[in-house]
Amino acid sequence: MSALPLDASGPVASAVSAVLLGAGFGVALERAGLGDARKLTGQFYGTDFAVFKVMFTAIVVAAVGLAGLEALGVVDAARVYVAPTWLVPQVAGGLVFGVGFVMGGYCPGTGCTAAATGRLDGVALIGGMLAGTFLFGEALPYLGRLYGATPLGTLAIPALLGAPPLAVASGVAVLAVLAFVTLERLTTAP
Amino acid sequence: MTGPARYANPYLAGAALGAVLLAAFLLTGHGLGASGAMSAVVSAGVEAVAPTHARANPLFGAWTGADGSRSPLSDWIVIEVLALMAGAAISARLAGRWRATVDRGPGITDRRRLAWAAGGGALMACGARLARGCTSGLGLTGGATLSVGAWAFLLALFVGGYAAAPLFRKAWR
Repeated sequence: MSALPLDASGPVASAVSAVLLGAGFGVALERAGLGDARKLTGQFYGTDFAVFKVMFTAIVVAAVGLAGLEALGVVDAARVYVAPTWLVPQVAGGLVFGVGFVMGGYCPGTGCTAAATGRLDGVALIGGMLAGTFLFGEALPYLGRLYGATPLGTLAIPALLGAPPLAVASGVAVLAVLAFVTLERLTTAP
Repeated sequence: MTGPARYANPYLAGAALGAVLLAAFLLTGHGLGASGAMSAVVSAGVEAVAPTHARANPLFGAWTGADGSRSPLSDWIVIEVLALMAGAAISARLAGRWRATVDRGPGITDRRRLAWAAGGGALMACGARLARGCTSGLGLTGGATLSVGAWAFLLALFVGGYAAAPLFRKAWR
């Protein structure tokens, strides 16, 4: 049996991993400039593509790394959490989330980065998120049909395509690199 | 040096973020998150005011436990988000970027910008809870594990953002 992922479920190990990983997360977001609302929203006005570049580079690095370590037998794939698919509520939620992102200027993680780096609009965004979470929780008993629609369980793209995870992750990496090259050509054109 | 330091190259910062995400999978078996901490805080608040109501609710009850035995505020994700904020604050200080300000474009007042930030936050919270995750917990984490729902969420997020962008242009440009 593979040793990884570690079973960091004890209170001390859990707190240590939360502190280390959270701090790394915050440093990466701040260094990338993703605590800056005008930089983030530049994505939607064609002036700054940092959101796309940072996010898809991160996804590709983690996806290829994880699939590679699983293929080598270093990581036990069965113990890695794969977010279950609820297709209709996830598409509907994504649409609402995107509108909120361009209105508020941040997503939840980058909003926390903004608040921690002195931005009062980041603090207001966190306040709005707390209020929205409360309202959604109160409304949830009446939203059961939408919330529970299309439960497809743990469904990953490799299973859907019948291809090994490392092949799919590598394919995503190739697509990302092509997208980055195209983006750089378009944005540096004279 | 006079002004604040420039931001890092986005691909380099993205690779660093990917390394943190990969480390999260190796250490914990799950990835990173952000909006879950908001759910934890709200659930703890409702539990404090109206425990019976909180425990019977499908969202809050998942955090408090049906008998109130779970403590949402000591959850992993709450510590992770507090550490995120500490890491971001220290990083900004070291780069000379920490500054109390309201981040906005020239065409909007501070007051309206704060109202829009709160409104956007409320909308995002609803979207994230409906989708069962935000850009971190579902987009990044689910994206890296190649979850179909995570990629559908990411695609819908960009569609929603681009569709609504003209409405909020004056906040930014």
